[in-house]
Amino acid sequence: MYKAAVIGDSASVSGYAALGLSVFRETDPARVKKLISKLAASNFAVIFITEPAAALVGDTIEKYRSSRLPSIVLIPAVDGNTGDGMRALHEAVEKAVGSDILN
Amino acid sequence: MARLNVNPTRMELSKLKKKLESARRGHKLLKDKRDELMRQFMNMIKENRQLRVEVEAAISEANRYMAVAGSVMQREVLETALMLPKQEIELDVEEKNVMSVIIPVFKSKYRIDNENGIYSYGTAFTSIDLDGAVAALSSVFPKMMRLAEIEKSCQLMADEIEKTRRRVNALEHIMIPDYEETIKYITMKLSENERSTTASLMKVKDMVLKQSHNFN
Repeated sequence: MYKAAVIGDSASVSGYAALGLSVFRETDPARVKKLISKLAASNFAVIFITEPAAALVGDTIEKYRSSRLPSIVLIPAVDGNTGDGMRALHEAVEKAVGSDILN
Repeated sequence: MARLNVNPTRMELSKLKKKLESARRGHKLLKDKRDELMRQFMNMIKENRQLRVEVEAAISEANRYMAVAGSVMQREVLETALMLPKQEIELDVEEKNVMSVIIPVFKSKYRIDNENGIYSYGTAFTSIDLDGAVAALSSVFPKMMRLAEIEKSCQLMADEIEKTRRRVNALEHIMIPDYEETIKYITMKLSENERSTTASLMKVKDMVLKQSHNFN
């Protein structure tokens, strides 16, 4: 049986605890990196991570991009939407089609 | 375009012809695979984009509530209210095969089905905005799971499309032209050999005739 996790600053992720997700209040790059590897190795299928936290550990997220699990999803943090999540989507289109045709 | 380094013999020629045949068949198949993958990818990416817009809007909404709740309640009280969740989520991960790309399908199981039963705190000491934040998150959560699923699928498919496209291009622009050129080279070389043999035979015949019969 798999589980879902949320990583980010305390203010952004506290609410998800009520939904039954495992909440990790981490914003230190090295610890977030370690945490993602740990979660990926155990039975976490979905990891939601706030955009500011994701921006700090871009290479780790990139590493899990082509593996089947876990699915790492960027979500906006409490201090606003940076558009990184949408940018990742545009990158996928660019990779597949050769140019960004979504605009 | 480079000619392959092979001996111009009939055996190599028939080998190459077979290789060319299967390269052409492979090219056609891979091209079809690429087109179909691309079609499915376009559908998915549209849904992905739509979902992302919706989810981001809903989370921003929930965050607004949370910010207000955080400002009217003490940080500790807020944390304590959410410390021991009642709700629990377990995920079942199934696999789906889309054009040989294995994509995950998530099925979530909740411990509490009633969406009003998930509040892990009494209402006496908490702000109503906290309820709003939890309600907003809980209503968007199924969409978030779908987003997780479809975003992963899109990433995996984008990888596969890129790989397939490279294979198609390698076959179309390198392997097939190379084979064709080598086959042409061997055919020319063989017929050249044949002509040269015929010519020398004719020459020998002339010489023999001339010697034995003084025939001109």
